[in-house]
Amino acid sequence: MTAVARTGLREGFVSCEACGLLSRPAGAEEPGECPRCGEELEFRRRDAVQRTWALVIAAAICYLPANILPVMRTTTLTSEEPDTIISGVVYLYASGSWYLALILLIASVMIPLAKLASLAYLLVTVQRGSARNNRARARLYRILEIIGRWSMVDVFVATFVVALIQLRPLMSVAPEPGVLFFSAVVILTIFAAESFDPRLIWDFSQGKQETDD
Amino acid sequence: MRPLSADIVACPECDLLQRIPALSPGGTACCPRCGRNLATCKPGSLERTTALAVGAAIAFLITNVEPLMELSVAGRQSSTTIAGGAWQMWEQGERITALLIAFFAVIAPALQIGFLLAILLSVRRPPAPRWVGTLLRWVEIAGSWSMVEVMMLGILVSLVKIAALAKVVPGVGIFAAGGLILLLAAMSSSFDPREAWSRVRWVDGDWPQRALPSEGKDAAEAGR
Repeated sequence: MTAVARTGLREGFVSCEACGLLSRPAGAEEPGECPRCGEELEFRRRDAVQRTWALVIAAAICYLPANILPVMRTTTLTSEEPDTIISGVVYLYASGSWYLALILLIASVMIPLAKLASLAYLLVTVQRGSARNNRARARLYRILEIIGRWSMVDVFVATFVVALIQLRPLMSVAPEPGVLFFSAVVILTIFAAESFDPRLIWDFSQGKQETDD
Repeated sequence: MRPLSADIVACPECDLLQRIPALSPGGTACCPRCGRNLATCKPGSLERTTALAVGAAIAFLITNVEPLMELSVAGRQSSTTIAGGAWQMWEQGERITALLIAFFAVIAPALQIGFLLAILLSVRRPPAPRWVGTLLRWVEIAGSWSMVEVMMLGILVSLVKIAALAKVVPGVGIFAAGGLILLLAAMSSSFDPREAWSRVRWVDGDWPQRALPSEGKDAAEAGR
């Protein structure tokens, strides 16, 4: 092992994000296009930190209305009742399906929050030029990419409840704007994770200690 | 823009330069620095993935045609398919959500299966035309937005919620969706994009093999 890890950036090679081919770029400023697939080459995803921050902040803003606004409204002969994400969880818990309540609580409330917090942590450490816990941070990023989609569960629940319970005038369920904010949170956090560049985590590591464990 | 040997790669997650060693069947190469999986040797990947993709296409059709569940209460019946769920959302005014549901649960999986089948059939006789490279990029995007397994969890939760109010009967579609989830997972994990890329014609119309020996010097340098 050499003292400084040999990365594509340091040695002047660039790896294509689409097909993975490694090539020597046309120039340091303008790497040109991949000779195999024609995709535009980049040493690092462009403005990764700024873009990710923007998407994280946008998702955080949508997170509040997503949890406060009702996602659906149940109308029966005698009553009309709005349902938020949290009241859905409470309802499932109270009706005895505590495991489903737990799944929904994790998927809808905790995963988006954990994702936003983790992305903010990755961004801050990258901006500070930290070289510590690289492996753990790389693993954190990989987990973020996998779990994000599961937050969509509540939107699907609302969809199928609305689709089936259309028994007017007996009972009907209609969607409410909370659903839209909720989907926005999920999609924005997926885009945020995608616009972050995990190679930034490693760019500040000088020594070889992280290559040895 | 000189290409290097296909064995030399920079890890997509940490950019460390390395040579991928010759792998035994089923063997995996991981980045020594960040642990990211770089390559897996999958013998017979093309044939197996084709079979799984055909199976997934059939399961997809059944999932989308048959009702997912049926409900009866006070002598009234109601049933829904995936598209029916999205349509009800649209009717009730949540149009963006309706489009998202349709995209995540129907369009993205359909594109994922369709693109993959087109890729698999056209790389059988290399070199494959350049549009296969475009499809290889799109199939990855379609796959990352296809959420059949998330939808399944959503269906199960809504079944439990509705069961408190009325009698629900799971339909054929829900079982087909279960099969579709397994087939999609098996299909994605048996597919080897590295092999598919190595069979695609390059931008300049030439075909890859030439890059293997001729750039040996650069390659050896980078691989140290």
